[in-house]
Amino acid sequence: MTPLLRRLRQDLFATPADGLVTVLLLALIGAGGFAVLHWALGQAQWAVIRANSTLFAVGRYPLDQQWRLWLLTALLAAATGLSWGMLRSHPRPDRGGSLWPRNDWMAVGMVALLSLALPSLLGLALPLQLRWWAIAALLLLLRWLAGRFGPLLPAPLKRCLPLGLPLLYLLGMVLIGGGLALEPVSPSQWGGLMLTLLESSFAILLCFPLGVLLALGRRSDLPLLRWGSVVYIEFFRGAPLITLLFLGQNMLGFLLPGGVAPERVWRAAWVLTLFAAAYLAEAVRSGLAAVPRGQLEAARSLGLSTPQAFTTVVLPQALRVALPSMVGQFISLLQDTTLLSLIGLMELLGTARTVMANPAFLGRNAEVYFTLAVLFWCCCAALGLGSRALERRLNPSTLA
Amino acid sequence: MRPSARRWLPLAVLLAVGLVGCAPEGGGGVQSTKMGTITSRGKLICGVDGSLPGFSFVGSDGTYSGLDVDVCKAMAAALFGDPGKVEYRNLNSSERFAALASGEVDLLSRNTTMTLSRDAAGGNALSFAPPTFYDGQGVMVPTASGITTLKALAGKPICVESGTTTELNLADRMREQNIPYTPLKFQTGDQTYAAYLQGRCVAVTSDRSQLAGKRSSFPQPDAHTLLPDVMSKEPLAPATVNADPVWADAVRWTVNTLFQAEELGITKANIAAKVAEAKANPNQADLRRFLGVEGEFGKQLGLPADFVPKIIAAVGNYGEIFDRNVGPGSRLKLDRGVNRQWKEGGLIYSPPFR
Repeated sequence: MTPLLRRLRQDLFATPADGLVTVLLLALIGAGGFAVLHWALGQAQWAVIRANSTLFAVGRYPLDQQWRLWLLTALLAAATGLSWGMLRSHPRPDRGGSLWPRNDWMAVGMVALLSLALPSLLGLALPLQLRWWAIAALLLLLRWLAGRFGPLLPAPLKRCLPLGLPLLYLLGMVLIGGGLALEPVSPSQWGGLMLTLLESSFAILLCFPLGVLLALGRRSDLPLLRWGSVVYIEFFRGAPLITLLFLGQNMLGFLLPGGVAPERVWRAAWVLTLFAAAYLAEAVRSGLAAVPRGQLEAARSLGLSTPQAFTTVVLPQALRVALPSMVGQFISLLQDTTLLSLIGLMELLGTARTVMANPAFLGRNAEVYFTLAVLFWCCCAALGLGSRALERRLNPSTLA
Repeated sequence: MRPSARRWLPLAVLLAVGLVGCAPEGGGGVQSTKMGTITSRGKLICGVDGSLPGFSFVGSDGTYSGLDVDVCKAMAAALFGDPGKVEYRNLNSSERFAALASGEVDLLSRNTTMTLSRDAAGGNALSFAPPTFYDGQGVMVPTASGITTLKALAGKPICVESGTTTELNLADRMREQNIPYTPLKFQTGDQTYAAYLQGRCVAVTSDRSQLAGKRSSFPQPDAHTLLPDVMSKEPLAPATVNADPVWADAVRWTVNTLFQAEELGITKANIAAKVAEAKANPNQADLRRFLGVEGEFGKQLGLPADFVPKIIAAVGNYGEIFDRNVGPGSRLKLDRGVNRQWKEGGLIYSPPFR
């Protein structure tokens, strides 16, 4: 304890002025925290969140089809547990090969606590609470199993495991939207957190390859390709996202014969994708610029073809450099999905607006916006944490 | 030039065939491309606001409700006999006309004020059904203040949102009646109502439906009263595009059905009994025609013969819709005001079903 106290004193109370600043800041934080707590526990009326939790989670998704979303959540939890365990079971250069590092215990505690506390705070029915417990238990069980027995799996099987993730994404789309003998659920009934995550994950996954291609195109020697990429990038960077979204929603109806235009949820997703790709292309281009020209020349002189040289030598280095700014793009893309509420989609903010218009909950704006802020913070923090982990894995030396 | 002309020829022929195919076929019953599209799609696409208390919002169970929404349901009931066959589209005020014009929505039932420029072919080229809610700027005061007329506000501070037509209307009306007052202007609605609740002004002004919505979110809604004076005209009406008069007529008479049913005392509860009565009694010619027991009203509009009973069974008459969504049966507790039936001195008036 004493060294800790000494360090605290050294850092925070070195001089009288330092001490004063520390005390003032502590008082400020304390007062602010107290005010928020006082409001959250005393004045706020959380019934608006409890009563509308389903709406916030999945929007107007039909009740009798919601088992599909439960199944999807369980599958996602299983995949998370599995890949978490598999990652830990591999010895890694930057970690002492520990199967259960301290951070993991904290994460296990968080999952257990959230699955126990949140459903009861939301006042969910007991069967629904049990489902959340079962899903959390599944996640932790698979984490343990994969950590324990993962290394025993044959190597080819282990190599195939990552292929499950894209398959899972496609399966998720089918589960949400229907098809393959499942009853179709119209995208106009999707909403809430589900729609936010769906739109942003769709855009993030697709804008990445598109952005890389555009970045390569912009550095290409072929004038047509280069100018095409430049025009595309500058057009999408020059127009505000909201005007593009309005264009997508309202102009397609004029341009295409009735009924041909894709559902508005998909139109919005494509606009987001095309928009994000332009910004991502610039991030990737900065990465490409950071790779010395000699790398490409060396690869070519070793007999690699140009595509081979790019995919195996140049791009891996460029993407590593561009990773932090790319993740910044992804996070802002996730937050940009709130603009979809302005074109009438029921994503999180759209759901919030309609909930606040319910005469039973008029005037409960603060509670609703507070919840939204927490949800968005969690999603963005998760993206940020994920990217830090990825960065540490790719180049452990550069990360502070 | 010649070879290129030859190349375009097949396209031109295709186009011509397409145009002929699209043209309405003569003879027989009523034809409407829009109604054909809706029928073959199997559901009505209705543009609503989606976040207006009392007019359109999504309840905790995920279903839409509100006065605007009930108009959509009535239309779906008229077309399909099923008020559930509606897909709702939330539209904001800037995109609503574009969405209607491009065919994204079939019907706009979104608190839209009927005005000349929106109706005119050279303007937004809309076709309006009769107004389903006559809104207008009103004034709210604390009940305890004892104020009951605009005159009593002389010399008192009035809270108003700055830069709005509300502010201009207030100034115009007060000048007309020669009532001096002190406007307290605020940038946002929230600030305006907060100042009113703190007692910085004795009255606050905005559209009556908005005032009622705000009032229901106050700590003590009963302690505030809306003055009977109305300072502006805001007739809110469902709209369709000008280009399809057949569809516009179907919407117009669906709204009139709601009005007429209230006038005749036909409600959701007694519609079955009324239909039975009409069928049993050949002397009730008016009722028989209205309920589609005899006559060709449905056919003339391109709707099923029994569209009136279907509508009333689904959503009830206008009075029931009003009470349920914005009237005494709701939290907004608006009184009918000018939205009463014409026989009671209001503006709700259906032309005869003849």
